[in-house]
Amino acid sequence: MGRYWRTLRRFWSTALAVQLEYQANVLIELLAVAMSLSGSLFLLSLFYGPDQTLGGWSWAQALMVQGLYTVFDGMASTWLRPNLGAIVTHVREGTLDFVLLKPIDSQFWLSLRTLSPAGLPEIGLGLALLAWGSLQAGVVLTLPTLLMVLVMLLAGGLILYSLWFLIAATSIWFVKTWNATEVLRALLASGRYPLNAYPPALRLLFTVVLPVAFLTTVPAQVLLGAAGAPMLLAGLGLAVVFFAAARSFWLFALRFYTSASS
Amino acid sequence: MRIFGLNRRIIRVLLGSQYAHMLEYRAEIALWALSGVLPFIMLSIWSGSDARSGLGLDGVALDRYFLSAYLVRQFSVVWVVYAFEEDALLGRLSPYLLQPLHPLWRYVAAHLGEQLTRLPFAALIAVVFFAVQPQAFWLPSLGGFLLAWLATWMAFAIAFLFQSLIATLCFWSEKASALERLQFIPFVFLSGLLAPLTAFPPAVRAWAQWTPFPYLIDFPARVLAGQPVDLIAGFGAQLAWIAVLLPLVLLLWRAGVRRYSAMGA
Repeated sequence: MGRYWRTLRRFWSTALAVQLEYQANVLIELLAVAMSLSGSLFLLSLFYGPDQTLGGWSWAQALMVQGLYTVFDGMASTWLRPNLGAIVTHVREGTLDFVLLKPIDSQFWLSLRTLSPAGLPEIGLGLALLAWGSLQAGVVLTLPTLLMVLVMLLAGGLILYSLWFLIAATSIWFVKTWNATEVLRALLASGRYPLNAYPPALRLLFTVVLPVAFLTTVPAQVLLGAAGAPMLLAGLGLAVVFFAAARSFWLFALRFYTSASS
Repeated sequence: MRIFGLNRRIIRVLLGSQYAHMLEYRAEIALWALSGVLPFIMLSIWSGSDARSGLGLDGVALDRYFLSAYLVRQFSVVWVVYAFEEDALLGRLSPYLLQPLHPLWRYVAAHLGEQLTRLPFAALIAVVFFAVQPQAFWLPSLGGFLLAWLATWMAFAIAFLFQSLIATLCFWSEKASALERLQFIPFVFLSGLLAPLTAFPPAVRAWAQWTPFPYLIDFPARVLAGQPVDLIAGFGAQLAWIAVLLPLVLLLWRAGVRRYSAMGA
């Protein structure tokens, strides 16, 4: 365990050192994040007029959902995209051999090898938006709710990671479908809006099959005091199930890995 | 006879080889087609929202608008900056420059080949859409279809020229594709992909009309969906943008090629 912890510290400090070489990228990233967040807020504002709601959610409450989405999007660009996006390159070029030969768990290595700090401002902006929305919606923050939200955010992060990893791992078979995670990203964009804004069939899809609801809507409901214990348990259960599925799928997929040009 | 370095035989060979090339990547292209589902997600939000009445798209008109927006987007996707950046970095551009054919034609042919490969997948998604929403089914009249086709091609031409302009900046800077990312953000929000332009407040709408973005999705999609649109203003604006962008691209290209020193040379 200690070895993994030390390795992780090495991984991330080298990743940071590498990124500091490209400081202009941080500026471009910052500009892109600011532009796309203002675009999203503009789009959201189109749904609101005098006494209009979106699926029964007020403007301030919808801002909380938007903020949570921004946090997860930032998490994806900081952690998931740089790491899991490289899996297909490893498979195609045969460098996965080197990863598998290392005396460390291959999923650990592939999932946490690097970090892209350019996504961190997005997480910060998302948290700020969440805080602002909560304040406007009159959320009273108590210690239990704070703990519950943190648990739900962790569960949401685990669900997102597992889904992304599951799809990235299919590149062991289908190298050519390297952009499959783009489909996932497009569908995840549905998490920008509260679940109740969708028609019933899609609500079911976004809760059970592709649990976007547990990423943004449920944590916002927890903050608003509208989500009970069953919802929390369902979220945690799903997180465990998805993680276990991702882990066993990876072990299964490795049995079919034949290295490049062999 | 050659026009811009092209004759019928060259066109046939270029299109044929690029189409064959793109067919090899059909699985990837199918996934790209699938990853364009955002208009459908937005449709499901818009149709149940209180703000729907302000759109001026009643009943099935909204379904048709967003399906058309999806289809127009599928046939006006442009990725020339990424292809060009890679070719310039790997030095593949040098042999292209030696050929008696403007290298941009090669990219045009690649895009057309990709659109042809995309066609069956986009059609399949339209069929699925009509299976879920049978009441929205419609067939545009022949005239309407041809006009929509022309408008989509013009949209493709504007997007292609605009991105080629960014691509030629690769001759000067390595950050050109970052510029593409930055221009993509206003495109997404102002083109009509996520919300019809009628949803915008009048001031924003008037201002957006002066950018090329509404003519890339909103205008062709409305033509395809059979909405009443000002055809003359729409096509006029599309032509004007092409007339502005084309000479700019050609000028920058010539200046850029003069600066170009091949990789490893």
